[in-house]
Amino acid sequence: MNPTALIAEDEPLLAADLQATLARLWPALRVVATAGHGAAAVEQALALRPSVLFLDIRMPGMTGLEAAQAIAEDWPDDTPLPLPVFVTAYDQYALQAFERAAVDYVLKPVQPERLGQTCARLQAALARRDAPAAAAPALESTLAQLRDLLATPGLASAAGAPAAAAPPRLAVIQAGVGAAIHMVPVDDVLYFEAADKYVRVVTVEREHLIRTSLRELVPQLDAARFWQVHRGTVVRADAIATATRDEAGKVTLTLRGHADRLVVSRLYAHLFRAM
Amino acid sequence: MPTPAAGNAGGRLRLAAWVRIAAMTLTQRLPPPPAPRRRTPFALRGVKALAIGGGLSAVFAFVFGQRLAQTMVYSLSITLGCWFFIDGGRLLAARWVNRKLPADVPYRSEWPGWGWMLAILLAGTALGASFGLWLGDLVLGGRDALSYMLQPRQLGALLVFSLIPGLVATVFFHHRGRMAAIEAQAQQARREAAETQLRLLESQLEPHMLFNTLANLRVLIALDPPRAQTMLDQLIGFLRATLNASRVGRHALSAEFSRLSDYLALMQVRMGARLQVALTLPDDLAGAAVPPLLLQPLVENAIKHGLEPQVDGGRIEITARRDGATLVLSVRDTGVGLAAAPADGTRFGLQQVRDRLATLYGDAASLTLAPADGGGGALATVRLPYEPTTSA
Repeated sequence: MNPTALIAEDEPLLAADLQATLARLWPALRVVATAGHGAAAVEQALALRPSVLFLDIRMPGMTGLEAAQAIAEDWPDDTPLPLPVFVTAYDQYALQAFERAAVDYVLKPVQPERLGQTCARLQAALARRDAPAAAAPALESTLAQLRDLLATPGLASAAGAPAAAAPPRLAVIQAGVGAAIHMVPVDDVLYFEAADKYVRVVTVEREHLIRTSLRELVPQLDAARFWQVHRGTVVRADAIATATRDEAGKVTLTLRGHADRLVVSRLYAHLFRAM
Repeated sequence: MPTPAAGNAGGRLRLAAWVRIAAMTLTQRLPPPPAPRRRTPFALRGVKALAIGGGLSAVFAFVFGQRLAQTMVYSLSITLGCWFFIDGGRLLAARWVNRKLPADVPYRSEWPGWGWMLAILLAGTALGASFGLWLGDLVLGGRDALSYMLQPRQLGALLVFSLIPGLVATVFFHHRGRMAAIEAQAQQARREAAETQLRLLESQLEPHMLFNTLANLRVLIALDPPRAQTMLDQLIGFLRATLNASRVGRHALSAEFSRLSDYLALMQVRMGARLQVALTLPDDLAGAAVPPLLLQPLVENAIKHGLEPQVDGGRIEITARRDGATLVLSVRDTGVGLAAAPADGTRFGLQQVRDRLATLYGDAASLTLAPADGGGGALATVRLPYEPTTSA
């Protein structure tokens, strides 16, 4: 079976050029889709299941890195994860992170010679992965690279700037309910869940909606106490009662004092191992 | 130390300087902060003083035919005493003065001023010489140079021979210390000027925009050469205007609008149908004088923080109108609006426009940023005194 690729790039000329250059350098590679923004990239990738992703970092709506995370989390178990290659014009912070995580990246303007090296590496990686014994370590190393990138401050939002001085820790969540503001101590929160443009704040008694994004909220929480277990879920670690791994390897959490069950994405499943 | 664009802050920014600065940013390296020149430590100054004192006494012993060893011992011990009391007194006095009047002058932390210093010299010499003679007696044993020299007849000579070298040494060390402090301050100022320039240039020639434009240009060269040429001309116009902006005081509003349309055309190649543009410049305002590229940061903000994050893009409208003696320029976008934009990302551009307006027009000019009425997005409005023609 020929390898397939998806290109996510918001600038149409650059997307067309990348596709043309790839056709010349790697004739066997079939580009199954080009997406103009992050959300489209996720949708198309999950539907078409390509073996390689070329992701522009700065895209409207969702960055290339966020798209890579969403794809890795929602990717079905029966197909190997696609190999990501990030494409960027000038993001010095991103470049450092890519180097450190040993993730493949290409700079714009794309130099055919450099893209050729990337293609050769991808071909080798795909060949290794198809050898049956290597599938599991390959998956784990792709996940580890992604985790490393996601942990880089300021990179996930990819505004091209480093995170400003660490924002102050939140002690109380101020949630509007009608005309009143409910003061919810952070210590009472069981978990936060992203819901479109809002975040659900769930406590033992009730839940609130606050008008902020999880991306903005997370840096204001103590990472040792509040664990990200999914791109849309952050849970207070001492509120977790059990973590259960089913036969497919999927981890599910139960909470103290609450009936909700939370799904842990494969990116964060490594957090739950017996001591 | 390289000093990119040092000195006259408003001076011409040469391309070579820009390239050098850009290369430095790429590697994230500014010239390293100048290591503050080490102040000569207390003890080291003592050793230096002893060396000078020893040398002088050898010369005296030779000239006046005295016994070398004996002269050396007294001379060195007197030097030791004088150095200890004068230099120590200076540091103590400087610290005390410094605490009463916080240092606003370089080198103040080590220099109490000449009035204090003369008093310290006199007292330090008297104390130091007495201590030195006592020490010399102790070392040589059985002599009593201390009481001999304390006789009124000898006292004058002793003080003169101790005071003059003390004074010379003080002037010497003071001068050197002050030069070092001034040099360090000048280096710091040069470094700060370079950093400000760098921030300004980076905001004007945003590398991300530049490399993305070049990437598009590279594609067009093969695909559509005439369009590539047009794009290159627009890029040249934009670069020339940016690099000249700090040199020219004012240009015509029509020139401002054509530079903005160059920039927007470049962005349109990149964003395609996601970017719609409308420029409105009434004919009678075409000659009005405005600071060059005043609106550029506002247009960039509208695109970067308003339209680019939006999947469907949007529209940007730039208009000029006259309101009596006031020229009103506005940049309006249909983007995500002010609430969604990161506050710190837009601040530098806005601050830059405000600073320029304040420098050039004082209170007569203003910049306001508000939500646009209807359709979402943001509206930036600049008001400045209407000047009918460019004087340049």
